[in-house]
Amino acid sequence: MENFDVIIVGGGPAGLSAAISAANAGMKTVVIERGDYPGTKNVMGGILYTKATDMVVPEFWKEAPLERPIIEQRIAMLSGNEAIMAGYRDPAWGVEPYNAHSIMRVKFDRWLAEQAEKAGVMIITETLVEDLLYQNNNVVGVRTGRAEGDLGAKVVILAEGVNNFLAVKAGLAKPLKPASVAVTVKEIIALPKEKIEDRFCLEEGQGATIELYGDSTAGLMGVGFIYTNKDSISIGVGAILEPMIRNNWTPNDLLENLKAKPYVKRLLQGGETKEYLAHLIPEGGYHQVPKLHRQGVLVIGDTAMLMNSLNREGSNLAMISGKIAGEVAAQSIKSGDVSDQAMTVYETRLKDSFVLKDLHHYRHMASFFEDNPHLLKVYPKMLSKAAKMYLTADGVPKKARQKEIIKMAFEHRSIAGFVKDIYGAWRALL
Amino acid sequence: MKLDDKLFLVRFNTDKLNHIKIIDPNVCLKQCQDKPCTRFCPAHVYDWDEEEKRISVGYEGCLECGTCLIGCPFGNIDWKYPRGGFGVSWKNG
Repeated sequence: MENFDVIIVGGGPAGLSAAISAANAGMKTVVIERGDYPGTKNVMGGILYTKATDMVVPEFWKEAPLERPIIEQRIAMLSGNEAIMAGYRDPAWGVEPYNAHSIMRVKFDRWLAEQAEKAGVMIITETLVEDLLYQNNNVVGVRTGRAEGDLGAKVVILAEGVNNFLAVKAGLAKPLKPASVAVTVKEIIALPKEKIEDRFCLEEGQGATIELYGDSTAGLMGVGFIYTNKDSISIGVGAILEPMIRNNWTPNDLLENLKAKPYVKRLLQGGETKEYLAHLIPEGGYHQVPKLHRQGVLVIGDTAMLMNSLNREGSNLAMISGKIAGEVAAQSIKSGDVSDQAMTVYETRLKDSFVLKDLHHYRHMASFFEDNPHLLKVYPKMLSKAAKMYLTADGVPKKARQKEIIKMAFEHRSIAGFVKDIYGAWRALL
Repeated sequence: MKLDDKLFLVRFNTDKLNHIKIIDPNVCLKQCQDKPCTRFCPAHVYDWDEEEKRISVGYEGCLECGTCLIGCPFGNIDWKYPRGGFGVSWKNG
């Protein structure tokens, strides 16, 4: 049996970041990936954050295959054919040091794996890890699907993605539930560069994002998104599985529903769909973060439920958790102590970083929306109505119109209801 | 655009081994009224076969998201990843 210092299960941003930091600390490191090469099994909406990535591969933007730097982030709340929009744009985000880029995971992850190889990491592809190897209840490696496929390791890092088979088998995580994952489908729609830049008011090469709430998910807890790539647009929609099942929606119908919205349709017009993708997003939040370590094992990225959906941050949490895990694995191995106790350093460092701080900050959010399904139905409609009433020039004096708007709002929700919603939102989001 | 046309765009290295199993077809027939798997799967892998009175599984078109494992109300779908190197192979991701 071949032995390594660190075995990482899964070649996504989390696993590859862990591999790079372990190898940089002198560890004999291997990444085991079930796809043809890292990237071919990997899906995300498509936004990569500069700061976190720079901490893993300094100045990555000079070489990495990126689509467009994001200079504008818009949010839109849809109600029927109507939309209310808000956004922020700063052309400074289009140049160094950037804030975020759209990416294609197949290209980007492959490139990140090459950086790992340059750092001395070995990458084994087309290999599925089936279980951890134990000796006297201690984890000593992994069992792969290959003949004579056992590999030994002092520390195993689980970066297997949202489907947490190994973390469950190791007693660290619980099986996922329909309320704690969002089923997300996405299309890549090819469009000429000039059309993308015209439709989103971008200079050459710049990118924009739109997150869509309200009727974008037919009132289900979830979000739609539109991201600009070099010569395509990624459009997707994700909704929590539990209400999706309860309301008999199919993911593809939800996506077609979004694509047909007047606000969206014109952005995609004339484009040609190149790929249709599906993926789960871990939405359990802080309270469902699994046990992050045990003797000889660390859990990172989506497997660790590290996802801040409100700010649509995930890849950065994955990469930072990976970087820290690689460092902690190396330190523990060097000091000859890979006990559960030694591994707690990983959790402490995550708690000291934005990763677990942000999850903790939003810890009431999932239950707030779950317990108040009316939020996604009442407010988009009410706000759209209010905007329409306010902006319609029909001879009604504005003072009278404002009174009408207030009256209309209270027809949708009582004073007590508003107070409850505002308090709940305050507690969940601020 | 129809789902079948979208799935036609996806690249697969199809395994001859099926990585998905219905654990007990009787549960689908007798206990499961709703058959939500026929709707929540993004790739429509699951379909109710009225003649054979069972769920048919088109594992070859599985996009490997894992929704079925979590969504089946009876825990009746044994879904695993395909063997290493097989299954969906994204072009963009």
